Amino acid sequence: MSIDTTWKYDEKYVEDFSAKQNEPKWLKDQRLSASRLAEKLEMPKPEKTNIKTWNFTEFEHEGTPKETFSSSEELHEQVQGLIDKNAAQQNLLVQRDGQTVFYETNSTLEEQGVIFTDIATAAIEHGDLLERYFMGNAVQVDEHRFTALNVALMNGGTFIYVPKNVKVEAPLQTIYWLEQADMGLFNHVVIVAEANSEVTYLENYVSYDTETPSVVNAIAEVYAEEGANVSFGGVDHLEKATTVYTNRRGYALKDASIDWALGQMNEGNTVSDNTTALVGDGSTSDKKSVAIGRGEQSQNFWAHIIQFGKNTDGQILTHGVMKDKASAIFNGVNKIEHGATKANGEQTERVLMLSERARGDANPILLIDEDDVTAGHAASVGRVDPVQLYYMMSRGIPQTEAERLIIHGFLAPVVDALPIQAVKDRLTEVIERKVY
Amino acid sequence: MATPNLKIENLHVEIEGTEIIKGFDLEMNGGEIHAIMGPNGTGKSTLASAVMGHPKYEITKGTITLDGEDVLDMEVDERARAGLFLAMQYPSEVSGVTNSDFMRSAINAKRGEGNEIQLMKFIRQMDEKMNMLEIDESFSQRYLNEGFSGGEKKRNEILQLLMMEPKIAILDEIDSGLDIDALKVVSKGVNDMKSPDFGALIITHYQRLLNYITPDKVHVMMQGRIVKSGGAELAQRLESEGYEWIKEELGIENERVGEPQE
Repeated sequence: MSIDTTWKYDEKYVEDFSAKQNEPKWLKDQRLSASRLAEKLEMPKPEKTNIKTWNFTEFEHEGTPKETFSSSEELHEQVQGLIDKNAAQQNLLVQRDGQTVFYETNSTLEEQGVIFTDIATAAIEHGDLLERYFMGNAVQVDEHRFTALNVALMNGGTFIYVPKNVKVEAPLQTIYWLEQADMGLFNHVVIVAEANSEVTYLENYVSYDTETPSVVNAIAEVYAEEGANVSFGGVDHLEKATTVYTNRRGYALKDASIDWALGQMNEGNTVSDNTTALVGDGSTSDKKSVAIGRGEQSQNFWAHIIQFGKNTDGQILTHGVMKDKASAIFNGVNKIEHGATKANGEQTERVLMLSERARGDANPILLIDEDDVTAGHAASVGRVDPVQLYYMMSRGIPQTEAERLIIHGFLAPVVDALPIQAVKDRLTEVIERKVY
Repeated sequence: MATPNLKIENLHVEIEGTEIIKGFDLEMNGGEIHAIMGPNGTGKSTLASAVMGHPKYEITKGTITLDGEDVLDMEVDERARAGLFLAMQYPSEVSGVTNSDFMRSAINAKRGEGNEIQLMKFIRQMDEKMNMLEIDESFSQRYLNEGFSGGEKKRNEILQLLMMEPKIAILDEIDSGLDIDALKVVSKGVNDMKSPDFGALIITHYQRLLNYITPDKVHVMMQGRIVKSGGAELAQRLESEGYEWIKEELGIENERVGEPQE
């Protein structure tokens, strides 16, 4: 047991916390069993990244009670910046240190039978439904200590349920905002899209304190049932003293699609796992992610699509920019299982090095247990192409501006794919700030 | 505005230690169109790249001035802002940067901070030029040359030429890979630029482009320098008779550079 002996979030603590939240018995039981597992299980061991010295234990689990806001105008200025003020329809859930402080949806959601609520409320009001999916096929509690801890200490998150044949028009947006400097956020998102439904979700993780150690452990489970389409956007921008473990998982049934657009802009040490299982025949996943490493941060990204179904299509695109003394490992894995005939898996990983002291590894991996498939990968690690620079400069654009355009262009696949303009604009600003 | 003047004197250029340009001289002014012709491998494209400042080419001797200013002392972007333009044979593709954003950045870099072009004015200008070059309007929002056909890339080079309004433009084999209709469109673009404030140096293998853009002077390049100059009639003769007669006249056995001379 390597959690240190002063660990205060023991089983007793978990039991009390669950009781305080008025949780149903199934959830309390899951938490307690997870708490026991967490003591036994090891931390994950991401390849080539040593996380043993990272802070995963120094944090406060319970934030001070928060007053809710009646208008988005009262939110932190930078949180407001993530919101499309002019949107005709707004579906927005803002959580501060795990507690909902602002919530606004348009009435059609309710008419359509869509559930969009925080996970604590869902546990009470939609307990049976949540139980059916919570820690379901997409993620296992006993994978390692962090998956177990997420369940034991879950203190924030969202539940989204879209009934069959329902198409949710406006995106559902969440903002997970860490205000308390030493907060430990154990966020858990569950998205269920029933057969032939459609939903777009966009989450933002933000914090503004740069010095105080804190921890974010976030899991998202996405279930796309037959013929359902889920677009998942995520922009992470947590400050540098925050250690992050983030695990986003998808599970797609027949003819379903789960697409990801992830802007991974954390300033601190980060382990990210994004895995999609294409279980049903004809299911697809298109995963795009961009990341920037700067300062001395260390990051490990895992992009994984596992194809079980026939005629499935898995696309992975990863672009990373590395500067200063930052290091990052980008692992991309297309796994095609035996029997997944006519499956296609492709991936591209490109890392742009802006500093000689930075480190960036691109590891494209194809694991194929079926003959009748197509697959391909491309990977590169390099500097800004001098011929591209020459071309742009030959039109009068100074070198720094040409590099800026090239880098923004390099990260555009995710910016372009995000569904909310305000979030695109903020992400562009974050890129600008991080690179220059 | 004074008439632009480009002067290249005794230019020597190396690439990776091999000398390609060996004592090249040329002077041209605004209002003039010069053509540089010659067989493959005689240094024509190297000349174009060296004038613009391609990082691979090293100038070992000679001078280049634009309106008396030392071009070799300038960075690539400074050369462009001073009024030089190179329509490239192989333009780069830049993903994620739209043609429109690229063009606007270029124009604003030239105009300078505080004097940026108004967005509406820019869009109007770009639409107008695209129209002239028969370019589809979706083009401006596509990424810079990404996935473009050979012909689209050439049109894009000419579009940029029209938008940038340089003093002196070098067109490096802008005709290669173009069908006759595209060639006409591209020529229309260049002819539209004709004025005392604009000079063009057209590099080509073939005479056919010169059916649409009439040169004032034609130069033949061999062994990394100009070996013969004349008027438009020289291009006609090259078209009908090829280059052999020049080689015979000058006693040149191998016109190429970077290879052992017989």
